[in-house]
Amino acid sequence: MCLAVPVRIVSIDGDEAETEIAGVRRRVSIVFTPEAKLGDYVLLHTGYAIGVIDEAEAEETLKLLEEIASLSEVH
Amino acid sequence: MDDSILLAHGSGGKLSHELVERKFLPFLANPALNKLDDSAIFEASGRLAFTTDGYVVNPIFFPGGDIGKLAVCGTVNDLAMNGARPLYLSLSAIIEEGFPISQLEQIVQSIKKAAEEAEVSIIAGDTKVVNRGQADKLFITTSGVGIISPGVDISGANARAGDKVLLSGTIGDHGIAVMSQREGLRFSMTLESDCAPLNKLVSQMLEVSSRIHCLRDPTRGGLATTLNELARQSKVGIVVEEVQIPVKEEVKAACELLGLDSIYVANEGKLVAVVDPADADKILAQMKQNSYGRDAAIIGEVTNEHPGKVVMRTKLGPSRIVDMLSGELLPRIC
Amino acid sequence: MEFCGGHTHAILRYGIRQLVPKTVEMRSGPGCPVCVTATADLDKAIALAHLPGVIITTFGDMIRVPGSYSSLQQTKAEGADVRIVYSTIDAVEIAKANPGKSVIFIGIGFETTAPTIAASILKAQQEEIENFHVLSLNKLTPPVMKALLDSGEVKLDGIVCPGHVSVIIGSHPYEFIPRDYGVACVISGFEPLDILLCIDKLVEQIEKGEPKVEIAYPRGVKPEGNRKARQLMEDVFEIGEANWRGIGIVPQSGLKIRGKYEQFDAGKAFSVSLKPPREPKGCRCGDVIRGAATPPECKLFRKGCTPERPVGPCMVSSEGACAAYYQYGTLENSQGF
Repeated sequence: MCLAVPVRIVSIDGDEAETEIAGVRRRVSIVFTPEAKLGDYVLLHTGYAIGVIDEAEAEETLKLLEEIASLSEVH
Repeated sequence: MDDSILLAHGSGGKLSHELVERKFLPFLANPALNKLDDSAIFEASGRLAFTTDGYVVNPIFFPGGDIGKLAVCGTVNDLAMNGARPLYLSLSAIIEEGFPISQLEQIVQSIKKAAEEAEVSIIAGDTKVVNRGQADKLFITTSGVGIISPGVDISGANARAGDKVLLSGTIGDHGIAVMSQREGLRFSMTLESDCAPLNKLVSQMLEVSSRIHCLRDPTRGGLATTLNELARQSKVGIVVEEVQIPVKEEVKAACELLGLDSIYVANEGKLVAVVDPADADKILAQMKQNSYGRDAAIIGEVTNEHPGKVVMRTKLGPSRIVDMLSGELLPRIC
Repeated sequence: MEFCGGHTHAILRYGIRQLVPKTVEMRSGPGCPVCVTATADLDKAIALAHLPGVIITTFGDMIRVPGSYSSLQQTKAEGADVRIVYSTIDAVEIAKANPGKSVIFIGIGFETTAPTIAASILKAQQEEIENFHVLSLNKLTPPVMKALLDSGEVKLDGIVCPGHVSVIIGSHPYEFIPRDYGVACVISGFEPLDILLCIDKLVEQIEKGEPKVEIAYPRGVKPEGNRKARQLMEDVFEIGEANWRGIGIVPQSGLKIRGKYEQFDAGKAFSVSLKPPREPKGCRCGDVIRGAATPPECKLFRKGCTPERPVGPCMVSSEGACAAYYQYGTLENSQGF
């Protein structure tokens, strides 16, 4: 089961958090990510945050992906 | 008058007359309707276009519109898609017993505003009331008649190889706006339905070019289904570029959350135009002058290859077939 | 081979198969939770739907899958109360709102979903929502990987490990694969470039002859996974055997609700009698699930079996290989449709 989408935490209320992505807001359970803080990105799966996205790693990967994209001759 | 619709409002007696005279007539008034004869009489000569549609949208109120606005725009647009100037509509409402009159008033106001914007008159109408539980709040059916100027020949069968495919704006807005109101989805956004009458946009396009071959509005089934319909009707292939298709960020995000593909999500204020390549740029420029076409783009072209099939060149380069929507749009779980 | 419906979908949608060199062949494995649910289990869910006073709650794709004699969708059309939910949270809410009825949640999914099902059982217990039940059909990924590797039916060189299952279980559970089978493993994200990066790393491992477990989705996956999620899973579930469509019984690959939460176990709370299960004629979903056949190799693909009239689950679920091939097919494999 894989569909999980990165969303950003805008407010926390106990076990739940209000999240936002590109203007879409959604209330999620953060029972599996008690360490999540305001402003963190979490992976949302069927109403629950299943993990906090590591920003440093995300940036590293983004750099790598951009490198690949620029090398690609496709477009 | 009462707070809710009663069965008696549909019985044809006093209450029915009151309903029509107080809640519908004052707002939709026009000479033909005001007569309240059994049928409306009008004169028209030339090629006439005629269409009908039933509206059962749920929920009946959604961001950017309601069932009333939809019922007018949908039928006006069907006429416009054949290059017809919409003239008259009929409107029939089936109301569930207990439906709040205040909501009915709101909907009639929407119908009035939409009809005014589209410059059509509603010249015939009917209301029926059914027992509680026998209709989901309100169903509306509208039929429309329009007139086609001489020399205008727009049909889904007219696309030819080399034609350019134009899209009037962002896709997925209506379907996502409606879904965001559905229970259990728990997401909120500022996105509104794109529900709008496109007849003026079409007449402006016809002013600058007589070489518009096809027009179609991508409603249920989305852009993908409409492109497939055109490809099949014209027996041609269509190729579109994924990067050229305009999609709002909010729609992209909502589609990701729901596991949907925006090319299959319904639109109620957009059109696809297939035009002679020589006129494509000036038609596009004209579309962008209209507020309903400001995000217009050339998204692809028609080819002799793979007739009846639609192919999309993806962001990364490889092409894939785009089929019609099959089954219902069920959000993914995985 | 990938073992994740989300990857199957992404690979087809982004045309990855056309982007990789011809020397790389991609096969879809059992990664779609709807597809791997055995017909007998689906028949059970359908039978439960017929019980009086029962509300069935399920994830969307499940309702259209044909069981032996019917489907949840058909049962709904015949008057049963079957509701699509997007989260176990919704299922618990429905139970709260309908105290006179029994709500049964059809618990399919892998390790990404299992914690959410565990959380819902714990919530039901906390709030004394006694009419909430789960039919536990949850399955585990590493054991089915082992089963496929043991069978040797498809000779695998590398595995695209699931992205979000790994967010929960981390990377350690896959270590037996390079160690005991010499097969390369890379955990992948879901963007097209993520998948290409993953394949690049797999090829590198294979060419160097150094199979190991690598994380190519570090923004989401940590080697230790999500301990809190696993804690909740272990509290509520114990591991047992599970029946996988197309594969049969795989030991230690399913989650059963522990005795202490027995009252929420639909399998124990309700009894239904079932007719023997039967598979639709000509359906090769089993072969497709094991990666032994690609969808175009099934005679029914696009002919008797389409998303409108699916014969088997692989065509129903958008995570299923057949549906993905149908939806995102190339011109070559769509001839004659």
